[in-house]
Amino acid sequence: MAQKTIAGHSVNLTDEGYLEDHTQWNSEIAKEIAREEGIELTDKHFQVLEFLRKKFEEGTELTIRKVGKSGIADIKELYRLFPGGPLKKSSRIAGIPKPTSCV
Amino acid sequence: MDKKSNGSIKKVSIICAKGNLEDVYAALVLANGAVMEGIEAKLFFTFFGMDAIIKKRMNKLHTATVGNPALRMPNGSRMPKLLGLIPGVQAMVSKMMKKEMDKLDVPPVDEFLDMITAGGGEVYACKLAFDMFKMKKEDLSEHVSGILTVGEFYEKAGGEDSQIIFT
Repeated sequence: MAQKTIAGHSVNLTDEGYLEDHTQWNSEIAKEIAREEGIELTDKHFQVLEFLRKKFEEGTELTIRKVGKSGIADIKELYRLFPGGPLKKSSRIAGIPKPTSCV
Repeated sequence: MDKKSNGSIKKVSIICAKGNLEDVYAALVLANGAVMEGIEAKLFFTFFGMDAIIKKRMNKLHTATVGNPALRMPNGSRMPKLLGLIPGVQAMVSKMMKKEMDKLDVPPVDEFLDMITAGGGEVYACKLAFDMFKMKKEDLSEHVSGILTVGEFYEKAGGEDSQIIFT
């Protein structure tokens, strides 16, 4: 647990760098976290992030399969958008907790 | 060693030699989980595990109802040994397992292999088993990118921070 200023906003982060409160999120914070991960966010990225946030708010446990079937990006595209962490990195950038599913 | 290792796994090579539903899924979950973590993954199917990459069989895997002492009824009691012998019981139990996995968003084998290869994972068949079972290339799913000898497998499995997992 740590307080950190990201893009001029003070947020609480878990030890692994995930936002503790997803309502503290905004697109500026997303861009800054993405840069830490080496990702420059595009509109496509934001569509995925919005989908992740919507599903999280609905209480759905996210899997890469669900995101791949969202109609936004297929699984191959997800790996291209978020290299080395299609669900983990995207969740962190989307300001939602670390995924807990094994798929 | 000239390069520093941070101790994290960079590559896994997973061998699946059994064709039971649960053995195949253990290998698939491990491989998919690896690519999702940014870990290079290679899957090597051999002997009865080959069923997972044979087009006609891959989505029809069963869990054994005979010789499986851990198998339980839906109410949690042990499954009577003789029940497992009755025709149709193994198919029914396997169907139930698949239904429960689907609830957790675990896909059928072909779709799981789609997911793994989409993430850059590679799938291989074992040359010895391929020859022994008198298989043809067209029997294998399109996910398979090669038929390897054991020597070739070790060549592919090498590298720093690599692990070989036998399920």
